[in-house]
Amino acid sequence: MQPALKTTSFKQKTNQVLGISLEDARISKSYLAVAFIALLLGGFLGLLQGLNRAGVLQLPPWLNYYQVLTAHGILLVVVLSAFFTIGYFYAGLSHTLGGLLPKVRKMAWIGFWMKIFGFVLAVIPILRNEASVMYTFYPPMAASPMFYFGLVFIVLGVWMLSFGAFTQVANWRRNHKGEHLPILAFFATGVFVLLVGATAFVAVEVIFMIIPWTLGWVDGINVLLARTLFWAFGHTAVNIWYLTAVSAWYVIIPKIIGGNRWSDLLTRMVVIPLVIMNITGGFHHQIIDPGISESIKYMHVFMSLAIGFPSLMTAYAMFRVFERTARAKGGKGLVGWYKKMPWGDVRFLAPFIAMVAFIPAGAGGIAQSTNQLDQVVHNTMWVVGHFHITLGMSVIMTFFGISYWLVPYLSKRVLTPAMNRLGVIQTIVWTIGMVIMAISMHIVGLFGSPRRTSFTTYGNFAETLGWNPYMAAVGIGATLLLIAVILQVYAVFNLMFFAPKGVTEFPIAEEEAGAEKTPYWTERWGVWVILMLIVVSMAYVLPIVDMIMNAPPGSPPFKTW
Amino acid sequence: MKMHLDEKIWLFLSFGMIMGFMIFTGYQAVALGMGPPSHKETIDPKKVDQTAPFDQPGIKQIGENEYEVVMTLQVFSFTPMEIEVPAGSTVHFTLTSKDVVHGFQVANTNLNAMVMPGHIQKISQKFDEPGEYLVLCNEYCGAGHQAMSTKIIVK
Ligand code: HEM
Ligand SMILES: [Cu+2]
Ligand SMILES: [Cu+2]
Repeated sequence: MQPALKTTSFKQKTNQVLGISLEDARISKSYLAVAFIALLLGGFLGLLQGLNRAGVLQLPPWLNYYQVLTAHGILLVVVLSAFFTIGYFYAGLSHTLGGLLPKVRKMAWIGFWMKIFGFVLAVIPILRNEASVMYTFYPPMAASPMFYFGLVFIVLGVWMLSFGAFTQVANWRRNHKGEHLPILAFFATGVFVLLVGATAFVAVEVIFMIIPWTLGWVDGINVLLARTLFWAFGHTAVNIWYLTAVSAWYVIIPKIIGGNRWSDLLTRMVVIPLVIMNITGGFHHQIIDPGISESIKYMHVFMSLAIGFPSLMTAYAMFRVFERTARAKGGKGLVGWYKKMPWGDVRFLAPFIAMVAFIPAGAGGIAQSTNQLDQVVHNTMWVVGHFHITLGMSVIMTFFGISYWLVPYLSKRVLTPAMNRLGVIQTIVWTIGMVIMAISMHIVGLFGSPRRTSFTTYGNFAETLGWNPYMAAVGIGATLLLIAVILQVYAVFNLMFFAPKGVTEFPIAEEEAGAEKTPYWTERWGVWVILMLIVVSMAYVLPIVDMIMNAPPGSPPFKTW
Repeated sequence: MKMHLDEKIWLFLSFGMIMGFMIFTGYQAVALGMGPPSHKETIDPKKVDQTAPFDQPGIKQIGENEYEVVMTLQVFSFTPMEIEVPAGSTVHFTLTSKDVVHGFQVANTNLNAMVMPGHIQKISQKFDEPGEYLVLCNEYCGAGHQAMSTKIIVK
């Protein structure tokens, strides 16, 4: 036992002095490269959608709106976010746990190629217009079976990566009995636990329900059950990307502004409920579905709003950290301290705007989770505005901010002042574009304009004339966003391959001197997972049994595009 | 664990706000009957045309100022198409889909419901203001989804 302990801590030290090993860096760089290529493609498709809805661009028959939208959704919420999250946390595990174990590295590569293979399988039918079913693929719309096989490989890849992360963490814990998992690894553990939990639902949906049905082995499918399983996954997925962003808010940003991180115990107490209570939020996507009773829906308002609480704790913690740091640097006054923040540093500016965006994003989310309010906006453009603020600002802008130090850290290069300036410009352009686009989407949604609908006037219905100015604004926002996408992707690849060589640190903030010691119970992951399973069963067993027992005759597959 | 007074106040307010939303939602749903459409009857999605009441879709007066509309949704239309009611009427919609998932939304009202094959959905609305109301499908249902609309005329 003893020697093993010594070698790890020795490795941990070399890691901190020499930076990440080339092999570990290659893994994270590959994930990040895929993520940002997905951003480029997805952003371009987003522009096509924005221009179409503004009424200025008619898409050709060989590339219709719904094909484009399916690809946009998959590239951005399935590829970009997942590949970024994995690349970032694997770098974090390597850095804080003394380098990846060789077998974990192997698992990371197997997972990578499984995900890529699955993605290629899914994209081919989309390109051939055989899978224009959106990233939600609600049955009884049925895509070509190849699309679903692709999804299966993506899920298998995610599992491989999650087990890689668990192996790494378990090994560290074995060698560091009684110690707390480093905070970034703690977040990573939560994220990978949720990834397994979430994908389990969609795996059941795809493997046991959809694939046998599209292959013609069974003739009917339970439409409501499939949707329910999908949202247990889909909702959790976006919350995983959010938790990833939150990890940077707590762990990285305080270091970048030269401060200390928030109470270690309170940080861990935000992660734990986010893991335990997350999956059950899925029902808020089905508030106006038939076949689910009002009392179940009401219970789920509570389940969804409950995760608002840790987010509100986070809001407090962040502004407190900023204020303390600024005051320590001589900032004065009730609000005057803000002048001491490093506004010109893109590594701070982008995630800061991301956090500010979370205020309207969270407020909108709370409104939408309550049943009657959701009924007003469900499936309107409001919702599209909402997730471009949550994902397109709170999450993605945090990821952008991370990329300006993570990529040079991995490539052993540095962020030059010129590149930093480009990053600041990128941040501003993206913010303006997203704000214009998202506000217009929210407003036009309240007027009733539906989501997932190519340009239409519904036979010159007078009502829709009022929508036009807002849709034009969506087109303008989309154009600005594409400019920002190009700047961002340029920055990432420049930092990866061309920026000047040098040493960039992995910025992890320390606790305040003399901080209270965190009690050990926070490390009981077994307990957290069991609690998660209990909460999930409380939420899902009754409705799912009801959906199966009282199911209507199944629906046959349809191809309606 | 150290916690500042202002943090305790903030968390207390956060908790209060969440509970406030809960209570308000519950009150509206239970006391005012404003809960979201959640009807639980099922139907064989392949036999919609042969199953009552959908064998005779249309509008029927069921009381003074009260109407029932039995409607099917299918790619890419609503049956019956145009609906006319006098101002001040309450209309009860009974809906199902003959194929994929559709949405039933009427702009400028709170009518918004998912309509799924195999399930019967119900939702009601009182129309006070005369005018033409746009009815549209708000769930992607295929190549002609953007054309799936009709209108309700309130006289
Ligand atoms: C270049 C930047 C972007 C532009 C111009 C853009 C634009 C749009 C537009 C116009 C829609 C379609 C609205 C509709 O008809 O329903 C849309 C949908 C969507 N966008 Fe974006 N978007 C951008 C970036 C992002 C990002 C960064 C994310 C997430 C990480 C994202 C996630 C989504 C999702 C999930 C949908 C819904 C797809 C669906 O309904 O199936 N977008 N976007
Ligand atoms: Cu959700
Ligand atoms: Cu439709």
